[in-house]
Amino acid sequence: MLAANLPILPVIVPLLGAPLALLLQRSSLSWLAAMVAALAAFSASVLLLMQVSAEGAQSYALGGWAPPWGIEFRLDTVNSFVLLIVSAMACVVLLFAPQSVAREIPRQSHALFYTAFLLCLAGLLGMAATGDAFNLFVFLEISSLSSYVLIALGRDRRALTASFQYLIMGTIGATLILIGVGLLYVMTGTLNMADLAERLPAVMDKRTVHSAFGFLIVGLSLKLALFPLHLWLPNAYAFAPSAVSAFLAATATKVAIYALLRFAFTVFGVEFAFEEMALQWALLALSIVAILYGSVAAIYQTNIKHLLAYSSIAQVGYIMLGVSLISQTGLTAGIVHLFNHALMKGGLFLALGCIIYRCGGARISDFHGIGKTMPWTMAAIVVGGLGLIGAPPTVGLISKWYLVLAALEQGWWWLAVFVLAASLLAVAYVWKLVDAAYLHDPDPDTKAREAPLTLLLPTWALIGASLYFGVDIDLTIGVASQAAAQLLGGAP
Amino acid sequence: MMITDVTQLMPIIVGLPLAGAALIRLAGEARPNLREAFTLLTAVAVFAALAPLTQAVLSGARPEYVLAEWLPGASLAFRLEPLGLLFALVASFLWIVTSIYSIGYMRGHNEQNQTRFYVCFALAIAFAMGVAFAANLLTLFLFYELLTVSTYLLVTHAGTEKAKCGGRVYLGMLLGTSICFLLLAILWTWSLTGTLEFTPGGILEGAASTTALSALLLLFFFGVGKAALMPFHGWLPAAMVAPTPVSALLHAVAVVKAGVFTLMKIAVYIFGADLLHALPATDVLLWVAATTVLLSSLIAMTKDNLKARLAYSTVSQLAYVTLGALLATSAGVVGGSMHIAMHAFGKITLFFCAGAVLVAAHKSEVSDMRGLGKALPLTMGAFFIGSLSIIGLPFAGGAWSKWYLALATLEAGHLALLAVLMVSSMLSAGYLLVIPVRAFFSPRATDAEPVHGAPLACSLAIAVTALGCVALFFFPGPLLQLTSMIGR
Repeated sequence: MLAANLPILPVIVPLLGAPLALLLQRSSLSWLAAMVAALAAFSASVLLLMQVSAEGAQSYALGGWAPPWGIEFRLDTVNSFVLLIVSAMACVVLLFAPQSVAREIPRQSHALFYTAFLLCLAGLLGMAATGDAFNLFVFLEISSLSSYVLIALGRDRRALTASFQYLIMGTIGATLILIGVGLLYVMTGTLNMADLAERLPAVMDKRTVHSAFGFLIVGLSLKLALFPLHLWLPNAYAFAPSAVSAFLAATATKVAIYALLRFAFTVFGVEFAFEEMALQWALLALSIVAILYGSVAAIYQTNIKHLLAYSSIAQVGYIMLGVSLISQTGLTAGIVHLFNHALMKGGLFLALGCIIYRCGGARISDFHGIGKTMPWTMAAIVVGGLGLIGAPPTVGLISKWYLVLAALEQGWWWLAVFVLAASLLAVAYVWKLVDAAYLHDPDPDTKAREAPLTLLLPTWALIGASLYFGVDIDLTIGVASQAAAQLLGGAP
Repeated sequence: MMITDVTQLMPIIVGLPLAGAALIRLAGEARPNLREAFTLLTAVAVFAALAPLTQAVLSGARPEYVLAEWLPGASLAFRLEPLGLLFALVASFLWIVTSIYSIGYMRGHNEQNQTRFYVCFALAIAFAMGVAFAANLLTLFLFYELLTVSTYLLVTHAGTEKAKCGGRVYLGMLLGTSICFLLLAILWTWSLTGTLEFTPGGILEGAASTTALSALLLLFFFGVGKAALMPFHGWLPAAMVAPTPVSALLHAVAVVKAGVFTLMKIAVYIFGADLLHALPATDVLLWVAATTVLLSSLIAMTKDNLKARLAYSTVSQLAYVTLGALLATSAGVVGGSMHIAMHAFGKITLFFCAGAVLVAAHKSEVSDMRGLGKALPLTMGAFFIGSLSIIGLPFAGGAWSKWYLALATLEAGHLALLAVLMVSSMLSAGYLLVIPVRAFFSPRATDAEPVHGAPLACSLAIAVTALGCVALFFFPGPLLQLTSMIGR
């Protein structure tokens, strides 16, 4: 019974856990509900990934309604990898959450926080798992609405405006996506992705399909914060509670990128999306600008959460750059960077959470002397920062390695040089932190000391993983290259 | 059975200083004697652990140890060959001496953050060992970058604006060249050949057109910023803001030698002598190196600050090794590799002396050092010996390496290069010997403050390295045996 329903479990468990967390009311009990749900989703994702890589793609008909009429969950290597990333991040962040949340969010809102967290998780996992275009929109809205709530829970009053800004931009994005899905339905009479892929080629030359493609791509680019549609991201990350910043930075944009890959490669097909619609060149140009803009803007930030947020914009650029190369190596680089960046950025935001817990803020001045007062936290930031730079032996090097190889394969010298040279911008913003932490003396009356273990351990779990997967790349590269092959192969 | 034991020693040698760093951190500022004891113990243990490896390598074995499979043809692995062994021996022996010296210097100078200093120092040595043992370009790159990062806090140790500025130049230039050029060159090599292993005779022969391989050679040689080939030498003088023991061991031995060592490895094991001779870029680089030799000697003459003068002298001497690697004749490789050791002993002596003068007499400018010979006879005497070794005069070890390098230029028919080497040696005589000569034969300024003797630990270290310089002149045999095995 459980085995047969495995594909739905990662989504349904957090979805059911959400009202439970709300009903339980007590902070610790609702945390427990969330933790159990996230762990269950994670275990199911691991099993699913194993099953998918052993037996190939799995299809699951919701409520027994056969596709293409009913909603289908369809899992191949690409999205089961995304499920794994998202659910793993949720587990780690939840481990971190209780103490951080107790400090940053008023007590009466705790149950609400965990409820929204689980809804957001369910939405993200649902987006990844579903094989139905409209259903994807529904899950996108579930995750978006709950993330607006999560961001608004930040104790800084600017969290409200940040959340509102995100609400407006996110809703525009979602509307565009809905229009796109609607247009596709008009032209083909189906919403099932696999079915769409079959029926679309007959109507490919219609203007309606072209505009559907445009609406979908622009809408998703908004959600994944591709330059110049990134405006919502810095404030949303900066003013959200620490745990939320970490979770959203590690997962939300990643799932949107997955959705874009799914539509571009599976539904529309490589030839139409990248050659006929010239998405390749648009993505290439935009991701290069994103890398430059994000990295340079990061250098000038004094709020370190802002700094990491701008760095995220640049890192999304790296992922999309890999995608825009439309080759096995390039896609592998992009997909593996989904995972790698989730580890690094998640770990970095958690480390920031530790600092906020002890120092009350994350401005550059709060970093003064942290190297002495919070050595382990700062060491985590250094390792995570080295990952962003792409220095060995972190996962960052792996991503960069494949990305540059992909550029060399195409014979694009200038791109290989650009990618490596852009790493130096990351050196500049990471070293700002190192400078402040190690070369300034701590405030004489500072009460900062090492963060409690309950915060430190989840942080180091992610940072440690970013080191481990920097050396042992069999798992990540194996899965990513399989996923890339499936996407390029066209079949869902 | 014996061989497997020896193989296991390599990760142990890299791990020992890491464990040492942890112990040093645990001992902390509160128990300085215990902390320094840990430093010394680790240093001695590392050197002792190299002994069986030396035996194995001299008897023809090439011990190998795979840490982790990465990509096929690019695992994280160690393989010890004569050149790596030479580098490891020199660095680990001089670490022991420097540790003794540091104790005298850091305490005599009342430096801040001494625990951090010793921790970073131990980390740097661990990573230098990793560089020495690397079996392929990827492993080498990993430890090369770690070495840069771990020494950053040593360069900026003083925490002043000037130190931070120096640190920025240091990190920016080293990371910049290595990421932009070296990593690109490594990836290019990988996409051309599918392997990154150091292989006697090289791996690139016939892999691409002459033009492409020439470009690759340029990327490699400018990418290894630690070799301080002009115009990427600026980080080395900038790094002189570090405490003197750091300048002595890291910026005369471990870090810069890791650079020229990498170049030598690339020349011998990635390109190979035949390919190097066929590439037009080799000639270009030879002239870049020759220019570096001459120009930095000239700049050294203009520097009044002793450490700055020594830094430019180092830039010049490193280019000698680079020349040896580029000439790629057997005499060139022997001379260049020997110079790694010879210059290390000579230059560390000079830096030790500079530090001793700073601690004892609080002088850092050359012009203030007149007449110090009477108060600091040992220091200034050792400075004289160290200078001889750098210039390449008997009775100091540098004579041998310069001899072989000169031979190599003749073999290759580059008479102009020979002239450059000779002129630069004369220049270095000019800017180095003047210091001990003035110290002994010029009178002191009348209003000079009294000078205390250098700390005992410092004097001890200075005596060891100065004697080392002389010993290397009289007994170059083992070194010659080791270096002539390179590339076989």
